Amino acid sequence: MRRDSVAQTFQVAMLLCVVCSVLVSGAAVSLREPQRANKERARKANILAAAGLADEARRSGVETVYDRRIIERLVDLETGQYATDRDPAAFDQRRAARDPKQSDAVAAEDDLARVRRRERLSLAYLVQGDDGHTTQIVLPIRGYGLWSTLWGFVALDAQAIGQGPTEITVSGLNYYEHSETPGLGGEVDNPRWQDKWREDKRVYDDQWNVRLRVMKGEVASDDAQAAYKVDGLSGATLTANGVTNMIAYWFGEHGFRPFLQNAYQRPEMLAAEGGGNG
Amino acid sequence: MAEAKAKDVLFDPILNANPIALQVLGICSALAVTVKLETTLVMCVAVTAVVALSNASISLIRNHIPSSIRIIVQMTIIASLVIVVDQFLQAYLFEVSRQLSVFVGLIITNCIVMGRAEGFAMKNPPWLSFLDGIGNGIGYSLVLLLVGTLRELFGSGSLFGLYILKPLNAGGWYLPNGLMLLPPSAFFLIGMFIWVLRTLKPEQVEHD
Repeated sequence: MRRDSVAQTFQVAMLLCVVCSVLVSGAAVSLREPQRANKERARKANILAAAGLADEARRSGVETVYDRRIIERLVDLETGQYATDRDPAAFDQRRAARDPKQSDAVAAEDDLARVRRRERLSLAYLVQGDDGHTTQIVLPIRGYGLWSTLWGFVALDAQAIGQGPTEITVSGLNYYEHSETPGLGGEVDNPRWQDKWREDKRVYDDQWNVRLRVMKGEVASDDAQAAYKVDGLSGATLTANGVTNMIAYWFGEHGFRPFLQNAYQRPEMLAAEGGGNG
Repeated sequence: MAEAKAKDVLFDPILNANPIALQVLGICSALAVTVKLETTLVMCVAVTAVVALSNASISLIRNHIPSSIRIIVQMTIIASLVIVVDQFLQAYLFEVSRQLSVFVGLIITNCIVMGRAEGFAMKNPPWLSFLDGIGNGIGYSLVLLLVGTLRELFGSGSLFGLYILKPLNAGGWYLPNGLMLLPPSAFFLIGMFIWVLRTLKPEQVEHD
């Protein structure tokens, strides 16, 4: 039979490859724009969720609330000052963390969160209240849990930063990407666990040492140190340790501590118009 | 005559030759995506579209496919269609596609698609193959939606995310059945479905 000849076999295979690749790449290219818009909207929705604005975003639309409430800034993690020579909207932090020109390798003994490379600049988001004051500041964090890198945001109460290290309170936490076990480590997504981070949790002691950590089991209600402890996730000790480690890293000397120390000395840095370094 | 045959091809796979219940194909995704009805429904539409289109296109070129590379040709067509469906979901149903994650891609390995391509589309004309794909897609969807309805209702107390039995952790009275959230519950439900179906249609019982 002719259709089983070698020539025919090659011909069919080649033709099929061409047709299928045109189909696949055509779909990928023509749908790229709505896909990018979706990812962008998801990123904004997660920042708003960390700041406790998910309900407002649901009512008025993510883009509207984001444009009204969020001011993006770039922070130089080394100096803790704003980097004003680059546009935050055009900054791709994930790419920067991989790019040898925009990031530094982290020494093994400092690499609590196992990030391997740390970008020199990081985005920070100032959340504006109704009266035009900055009420919260949202900072991106990431680190290794049990199976995967967890990507999330921590929101801090901006009003308290000027009052000293022990007054810095967490106002929200949100993870938007991870591959931990559903039902165990995956419970970092659970809004009820994330709400526990809003119960007056403090990050630093009076010497700017990071004290906040996720416990194993529940925090006793009469615990004098309860402000530094968050209830654990049952069956997910290793993921919870990952969360503790990434808090320690990103609020430590290689993370946002220099920036928060600057903001403590000059609270006007957190104001909407305080974008300059002067 | 031809018309009657088209009708049989379309409706037979729904109860008489249901791909999950009788042919026991495509069980893996039936376990994975049926926790919530919304994801279940999207998965059903995606699988139906892929089976119908892959059947039609494979049938269209069935007389030109050399038998030595028959399977890989079918796989290539199926894989391309699945990628296109996945791209569409990412563009227009972003949240659902995030929840379905890898399972859209795994439609490629869904035995129903491959089984219908090899078992039907290679021997029948395109239109009938298309109908066979739609029929098998609906047969698959019927079981999945049934399992999805029971799992979401008793596992989360809701249907399509709206509370029917208000669960305790949302301030209601219903204590959700945790087993329903886990994949094995789909096994039990599919088992019961097959049991009921074979009691009503004893000719489906396999004798050894």
